[in-house]
Amino acid sequence: MEQHAEVLTGANWQQRVPGWRDLVATLLVLGVVILLGVGTHLMVAPFAVEHQSEISLSPTALPLYALRTVMRMLAAMLASLLFTFTYATLAAKSRRAEMVLIPILDVLQSVPILGYLSFTVAFFVALFPGNTMGPELAAIFAIFTSQAWNMAFSFYQSLRTIPTDLDEASRSFRESAWQRFWRLEVPFAMPGLIWNMMMSMSGGWFFVVASEAISVGDLQIALPGVGSYVATAIARRDLAAVGWAILAMTVAIVLYDQLMFRPMVAWADKFRFEQTAAQVFPKSWALDLFRRSGLIARVGRPLAIAMRGGARARLALLPSGATRRVLPQRVGDALWLGLVAGGLIYVGWAIVQYAGSVLSWGDVRLAAGNGALTLARVAILVALASLIWVPIGVFVGLRPELTSRVQPVSQFLAAFPANLLFPVAVFLIVHFRLSPGIWLCPLMILGTQWYILFNVIAGASAFPSDFREAAASFRVRPWRWWREIMLPGIFPYYVTGAITASGGAWNASIVAESVNWGSTNLTAGGLGAYIAQKTAAGDYPHIALGVAVMSVLVITMNRLLWRPLYAYAERRMRLD
Amino acid sequence: MFDATAEPIIALSHIDMNFTKPSGGTLPVLSGIDVTVHNGEILGLLGRSGSGKSTLLRIAGGLIKPSAGNVVYRNAPLAGPAEGIAVVFQTFALYPWLTVLENVELGLDAAKLRADEARRRAMSAIDLIGLDGFQSAYPRELSGGMRQRVGFARALVSDPILLLMDEPFSALDVLTAETLRTDFLDLWVGHQLPTKAVLMVTHNIEEAVLMCDRIVVLGANPGHVAAEIRVPLAQPRNRLDAAFHAIVDEIYAILTSRMTEAMGSQSQIHGGLVRQLPEVAATRLGGFVEALAAPPFGGRAELAKIARTLALSSKRLFPIAAALHLLEFAELEGGTIKLTAAGRVLAQSDIDGRKRLFRQHLIRFVPLAAHIRQVLDERETHAAPRGRFEYELEDHLPRREADRTMRTAIDWARYAELFTYNDRTRSFSLDRAAA
Repeated sequence: MEQHAEVLTGANWQQRVPGWRDLVATLLVLGVVILLGVGTHLMVAPFAVEHQSEISLSPTALPLYALRTVMRMLAAMLASLLFTFTYATLAAKSRRAEMVLIPILDVLQSVPILGYLSFTVAFFVALFPGNTMGPELAAIFAIFTSQAWNMAFSFYQSLRTIPTDLDEASRSFRESAWQRFWRLEVPFAMPGLIWNMMMSMSGGWFFVVASEAISVGDLQIALPGVGSYVATAIARRDLAAVGWAILAMTVAIVLYDQLMFRPMVAWADKFRFEQTAAQVFPKSWALDLFRRSGLIARVGRPLAIAMRGGARARLALLPSGATRRVLPQRVGDALWLGLVAGGLIYVGWAIVQYAGSVLSWGDVRLAAGNGALTLARVAILVALASLIWVPIGVFVGLRPELTSRVQPVSQFLAAFPANLLFPVAVFLIVHFRLSPGIWLCPLMILGTQWYILFNVIAGASAFPSDFREAAASFRVRPWRWWREIMLPGIFPYYVTGAITASGGAWNASIVAESVNWGSTNLTAGGLGAYIAQKTAAGDYPHIALGVAVMSVLVITMNRLLWRPLYAYAERRMRLD
Repeated sequence: MFDATAEPIIALSHIDMNFTKPSGGTLPVLSGIDVTVHNGEILGLLGRSGSGKSTLLRIAGGLIKPSAGNVVYRNAPLAGPAEGIAVVFQTFALYPWLTVLENVELGLDAAKLRADEARRRAMSAIDLIGLDGFQSAYPRELSGGMRQRVGFARALVSDPILLLMDEPFSALDVLTAETLRTDFLDLWVGHQLPTKAVLMVTHNIEEAVLMCDRIVVLGANPGHVAAEIRVPLAQPRNRLDAAFHAIVDEIYAILTSRMTEAMGSQSQIHGGLVRQLPEVAATRLGGFVEALAAPPFGGRAELAKIARTLALSSKRLFPIAAALHLLEFAELEGGTIKLTAAGRVLAQSDIDGRKRLFRQHLIRFVPLAAHIRQVLDERETHAAPRGRFEYELEDHLPRREADRTMRTAIDWARYAELFTYNDRTRSFSLDRAAA
């Protein structure tokens, strides 16, 4: 049926004679497979905290380091997907689970990841004594925590907003829960999920770099990777090595984007729910290559058939419609709520007990004071970044030519781990004897300001052209044009970008407010520096206090500022 | 053709359906419904919006469980979606990420067929419904008519005994709907379908008379069987036939009398405060009154006729007629609409005069609007939150209807400059001029 046209045009010749496309595609596939194999092998090598392999500063060692860093990203992404599919599905399907899981998720995404790295490292190292798996898992877990929450949220939202007619169609075809998951739920959630995976990925590079080399008290760990390479370079004051690391990271991110995310976005385009044809189609040379290569198609076909068969299998844990009801709903709810409340009270009591024995009110006051300083910094930095990037973003976004050139760069900059650039900045501060209290601050927003830029560009380029033309034909004055047309138009996008930027700045404060160059230590004060110093000293109760204060500040800021702003933006932009 | 001795395919008896009110009580949407679909017939469910006809269809499909009553499908109680029942949706409900072929194969997922057998059956369904050549297209590449053909193929591929259709043609333009309707009837009349019976929801009176062997008219608030009409005409039917017209007129008469009755009974509760308002913009009423006053109608018309002349679907026409009746600009009786004296004045007034007259009638005949205005007058701030009035409405009407009624009241009051409404603060207030 579908093949008829191909037979006529002779397209099936390609299936017999491998062409250049086959060669390139095969090389790509084999290359990736071999690299993954090598990376995995290295991960399970024996490991002892006392004698770790020395990190070499030779540029020739960098490709292998970069590979291992990329492997960690990949492993974390797989873990995040698994987490997303289970956690979010559970939350969407069970009302009682939802009551607990969603608030937990909401809090988890506000907790600064770098803050609790010290706990997880100690935990995982103890879990796998004498094996590299321990610290590897700790690093992967850190990246996982930077990626999983928003993916799970996106998937949960999608599951909750499946259109009624598709849901009814699926039910009227009597699909099993398994069939429904792969036929309806995952495809429907796909565009949002892929977008969030990209966002997660670009945030993840920062944390992979930060989590490879870590020292908590006496425990010193340096996993072979770009992050450790940079850490070693800092310790030895080797600016050239930092330059090499920046280059290696750039190459790794570009490859990752081209070979993995571009193809995925282009492929996921078919899951778009809008029934209208789109004007712009996401393109990917790698995907085109794979699609056109006859060899890949032939090799891939059994795999595709197996996957399709798997999705069609009528697996179901419970026969559908046969939900047993042992207790009346209200009694069940009351029991469940009682259980949750009991658990919460116990945990609260345990925390108060423990904290009371090791912390004093003076400690809390100190942490809160530092928190206020960091809060002021974050607020000022986000405001400054907005003042700079909003006009530039609008300027770029309104010019399609410019957008197509600037947007990839801004997305790359957002993904690039800014902590690789810190040594350069610190070198300059030391060299020119600048005040660290002021000049360390910009580092906090160095990596995340780009989120504001590329969201504003996206907003401005999505701004309906008839609105702009109307404004132009009425000759609206510039000031009014900004205030009443452009700013409201990009506002929802700006808020999205600003939320990400401010969340990132909080996280970055832990590595930016206290930095080293060789044996020189620069400190700007603030909560980030507080957590960093306590981590270096291995002082767990005070680390926990710092993390808790920061979480509370982030959650408060989200609740009182960002969420109302976001709701306001959504309400105002609706036409119906 | 309807045959009362034919074997029943699905029988719904004593069906009640209640939804939960925000205040915790229950709100009935269907009450005591008995409907049986027999072998060999197309049964139509006709009714205004809010009469619960789509809910009833979903109950028959096992997609919704009724609050009370039982559903017997081929001599066994129905528990959830069953083999042999297929649904065609108003919105097509196609999976946008699957091709036409894959969408049709979806209808066979539950059947555990071998892959090649499923492919063969899907292809023959695609052939049957006139989609050949489009197998590899994605839904977004198709026009509305072709999309609904996929919807039909997907429903028919499983060889259903009972076909449920939820306003299958209402999302299509007139011409496309007509073609698809005719194609479907050809297959049905020519016995090319394995399907034994069809239950179809529609709001289009002519469509019901064109396709159905029997029509069940549902009344609203709560939904109940108001009348049952047989259509003893042979297929293919002719719209210009006198017998055809007679049945259409009869249904118009039934629906209008149900409507005026319902409005009368609602005005008894709470002094008419919770009376449901038809969803129609005030400016639209003016346009209709002008057309009705002008020749050839001269102030009086049969609904079926004016619907054809003005190319208004009955879904559009009924709210207008109901609103004019409610505001006493016109009178509805037995399928005809007649302008009152006030209605004639309205037709001839300029825009300011029209607004003045509309305002007088709004205060007199729509207690909700009058009540809101009174509250605003009494308050020193001349403002009041919407929630205050809405809550009361929601106690007596389903939430969607309450919202619709509120929106209509706001539109009418804005037109009449009786009061204004601020959606951002969700509150009513008086214009400075009006205060």
